[in-house]
Amino acid sequence: MNELVFFINNVVIAGSVTGSIYAIGAIGVTLIFSIMRFAHFAHADIMTFGAFMVLLLTTAFPAVGASIGVPTALIMLPLAMLLTAALAVGIDKAFYKPLRAHGVKPIVMVIGSLGVTLMLQGLIRLFSGTGGQSLYVDDRKEIFRLALPFEGVRAPIVITEPQIYLFVITLVAVVALHLFLNRSRLGKAMRAMSDNPELAQASGINTNTIVAVTWVIAGALAAIAGTLLSLDVTFKPDLSFFLLLPIFAAAIVGGVGHPYGAIAGGFVVGFAETLAVFNWNVLLRPFRDSLPTWLELPSNLAFVGTEYKIVVPFFILVAILVWRPTGLFKGKVI
Amino acid sequence: MHGGYGSMNILNGVNMTLYADEVGVIVGPNGAGKSTMLKAVFGLLNVNQGEILLNGQPIHNLPPNQLVERGMGFVPQEKNVFPSLTVKENLEMGAYLKPQNVKRMLEQVYDFFPPLVEKRHQPAGELSGGQRQMVAMGRALMAEPSLLLLDEPTAGLSPLYMNEIFDRVKKINAAGVGILMVEQNAKQALAIADKGFVLAAGQNRFTDTGAALLADPDVAKSFLGG
Amino acid sequence: MSHSTKNRNPAYTPKDATPERRFPLRELVLFGALLAAVLAVYAAMGAAYSTRMLVEAACYAILALGLTIQWGYAGQFNAGVMGFVALGGFCAMLFSVPVNDAFWGTELPGELGQVLLYGIAATLIVVGVTKLDRFGVPKKLRTVLAIVIGIVLYLIVISLLREVTSQIQSQAGFIGGFGLPAWVGWIVGGALAGGVGYFIGHVCLGLRSDYLAIATLGIAEIIKAFLKNSDWLTRGTATVSPLPWPTPGPAELGFTLSRAIYLSVTAVVIAVIFFLLHRAYHAPWGRMIRAIRDNEVSSAAMGKDINKRRLEIFVLGCILMGLGGGMLGTFNSLFDPQGYLPLNHTFLVLVMVILGGPGNNLGTIFGAVAVYIIWIMSEPLALFLMQLAVTLGENAFGWEAPSNMDSRALQARVLVIGMLITLVLRFAPKGLLPEKIKTHG
Repeated sequence: MNELVFFINNVVIAGSVTGSIYAIGAIGVTLIFSIMRFAHFAHADIMTFGAFMVLLLTTAFPAVGASIGVPTALIMLPLAMLLTAALAVGIDKAFYKPLRAHGVKPIVMVIGSLGVTLMLQGLIRLFSGTGGQSLYVDDRKEIFRLALPFEGVRAPIVITEPQIYLFVITLVAVVALHLFLNRSRLGKAMRAMSDNPELAQASGINTNTIVAVTWVIAGALAAIAGTLLSLDVTFKPDLSFFLLLPIFAAAIVGGVGHPYGAIAGGFVVGFAETLAVFNWNVLLRPFRDSLPTWLELPSNLAFVGTEYKIVVPFFILVAILVWRPTGLFKGKVI
Repeated sequence: MHGGYGSMNILNGVNMTLYADEVGVIVGPNGAGKSTMLKAVFGLLNVNQGEILLNGQPIHNLPPNQLVERGMGFVPQEKNVFPSLTVKENLEMGAYLKPQNVKRMLEQVYDFFPPLVEKRHQPAGELSGGQRQMVAMGRALMAEPSLLLLDEPTAGLSPLYMNEIFDRVKKINAAGVGILMVEQNAKQALAIADKGFVLAAGQNRFTDTGAALLADPDVAKSFLGG
Repeated sequence: MSHSTKNRNPAYTPKDATPERRFPLRELVLFGALLAAVLAVYAAMGAAYSTRMLVEAACYAILALGLTIQWGYAGQFNAGVMGFVALGGFCAMLFSVPVNDAFWGTELPGELGQVLLYGIAATLIVVGVTKLDRFGVPKKLRTVLAIVIGIVLYLIVISLLREVTSQIQSQAGFIGGFGLPAWVGWIVGGALAGGVGYFIGHVCLGLRSDYLAIATLGIAEIIKAFLKNSDWLTRGTATVSPLPWPTPGPAELGFTLSRAIYLSVTAVVIAVIFFLLHRAYHAPWGRMIRAIRDNEVSSAAMGKDINKRRLEIFVLGCILMGLGGGMLGTFNSLFDPQGYLPLNHTFLVLVMVILGGPGNNLGTIFGAVAVYIIWIMSEPLALFLMQLAVTLGENAFGWEAPSNMDSRALQARVLVIGMLITLVLRFAPKGLLPEKIKTHG
């Protein structure tokens, strides 16, 4: 049973955490793709930017949260979402819109977004330095240990405060997005434009508005994902490096242009990562006595070492491109 | 309405006038510029020279969304629905600029196209060709246009649906909506036309009432296949 | 068709569409300016430093030629130049470094070989299981069997490998090199990079170009992670140094002369590549490639095997990157997996190509040398400017300077590279020396 608890802590909880973060990031990527038809490489750095804004605000007013009883970083999140959304819209106006107006190929937009990536990285590092910093400036990170009411189980299930916030906020964000896309006039217009941009224009939908709304949503979601990740671990200026490949893999696994697919893809990639680095020997330990003696299990039965974690999203990406390039949920645009 | 010079030298001087409440039909051989003409009217192509008037107002080179506001609706020949949106959502998109009218116009469109009622919660991409055409026309009607542009509404449809579509066009016109449509099925289309335009090589060769064009031996010989 | 040519919108006619030769004024001016810049660097920084810069620029020019055929000839965007460069550098190291007797003298090579054989055997078994459906096994059962057997065999082989490699690491440090001339490593590096390129291209080239960008970005990071963490093979973060040169080293001839000889070797390689590319570009093969880039649908309609041509181009580009990476690695005389930065090796090369003129080999070489000079010179310049700002700030406003000025000055360069990419894309998408598009009208 202790082994099972270990499994829950290291796979179920850890996988849900990374899965949620990848899912929120992948939604942004997939929305941008479905409206503007290009892979937005700067997305992971927009996530980092959002987290950095929270860090700046939290460092500036470290004591705000204590009065209400939540981490200050969480109170600063809505403000950071606004700032990040504004940045995303601004980047579009300054860099992507002129390229779109020239009618360039989507791949040129991709290169443009790489340029934006570098600029954001340069800016963030210029101001933050290169080291890691905790978003818990003045607050304390609560850790909950839930002891299980079974006999012989000593290890508790461990979950931290930011992880609980992460699950709640992810759920709220997904439900809000669902309602927006299916109930609101603007959300339906967004889906319409992703379906058929010319017809959307012919119906009187202002495509510039939809583009701006897409950036606002993608930027705000990116700020959420970046902040929650930084809360869970620490803020690092090279966060994007660990995020870019997984969120693209998630978006493609789910079917590009498919927001719900992106959510599923995020969890697929997140769990695949945690399962791949999990040492399966732990689960086999209880059966050690019943195994034949000639079978000597090595102490490390993980598929890949943590240092090769990046192989996992790549492997998933290649596998899906080979067997089902439209993704699990039949993406629209290939 | 006067159509002027189109772009890319496909339209070389077209002149058409259509009164409100009339059905105008543009026919002609392949490559005559029929669809180009319609797209130019709806602001999807640049008009290099000449002018287009709607109710006496110049409208050329206005963006499509402003044309919709001024009472023009356009049904393209292909890709004329939002495939992943439900039928109802497709129709709602048609009234995007007039959200207050959605409820009233939905009823009216369902009146025109009764088969759509039971399909209203299905994605439009799952419908048959004829039903899709109905969704497409319904979407354009949602904005309460005074003039509806139809680009080959019966292309690729079975004869059964073809008749139904022509029927609907007549019915829509009877409700007070002017129609300008491009058609391959010239005979059937001219039969319901108040005014017919025969377009060839970017110019309108013949303009008359639909019935008169059908009866004209020159037109029949060169453009209607005998 | 003469009718359509006559009435073509003048704005759409390429400016240099005339097939006649024109006086290459633009080329002369640009290369003249480049020469002046090089001379200025020589005057300011001394011969040894400047020759080193030129050799590095020449190696980058090979990388840039690799990227320009992918991006300029065929419109494929490779975002993982770094990975292919690292592969080249790794092979240069592996082949040229002296033999390590602490490894080869023991039973370890045999054990390593055994594990590799196991790996091959396991692969064959799994491949065999996937073919079971031909012998009447239901397809679902076959798939399940293949996956289960694959996982079990993988776990067995990987744990054996972990055992052997940790032994190598503790007993011998790393497996050492083969003690062969460096150019063998360059060639193998090119071949290895080409092989990886074949795999990636095979998966992605039939899909939208975005996917290729994502996949190359991924493979580059994986190659780097592998080289960085496989201490038994590369010494990882401990780095391998020195790497022997194929030409006389600085110890024998002094810095300037030995670097000049190395420079002439790279120059010869560039000249050969340039000549071959020039021939290929104007050969039917090159025309076909460009036809596919410019109009995929009609090329396919004419019966061209688009994906095969694309794969050829992509692999060719990767080979050049591997080769250039090998030459660069040997010249630096240091193999440091952590030194392979996406920034230097991917984006710098990208800027070289789009600034010089994608699809124009001469423009690409110009871009490579020009951008590399700017890049190298911007480091002291950025530091100087930062220092100046700090001094001014301290004197005038009493600022307190941040401690890590050097690393922050480097970040300013990242910003500049990013800015350069977006600005060139926006204002000079065809580069300073655009590809000459000939029309046959």
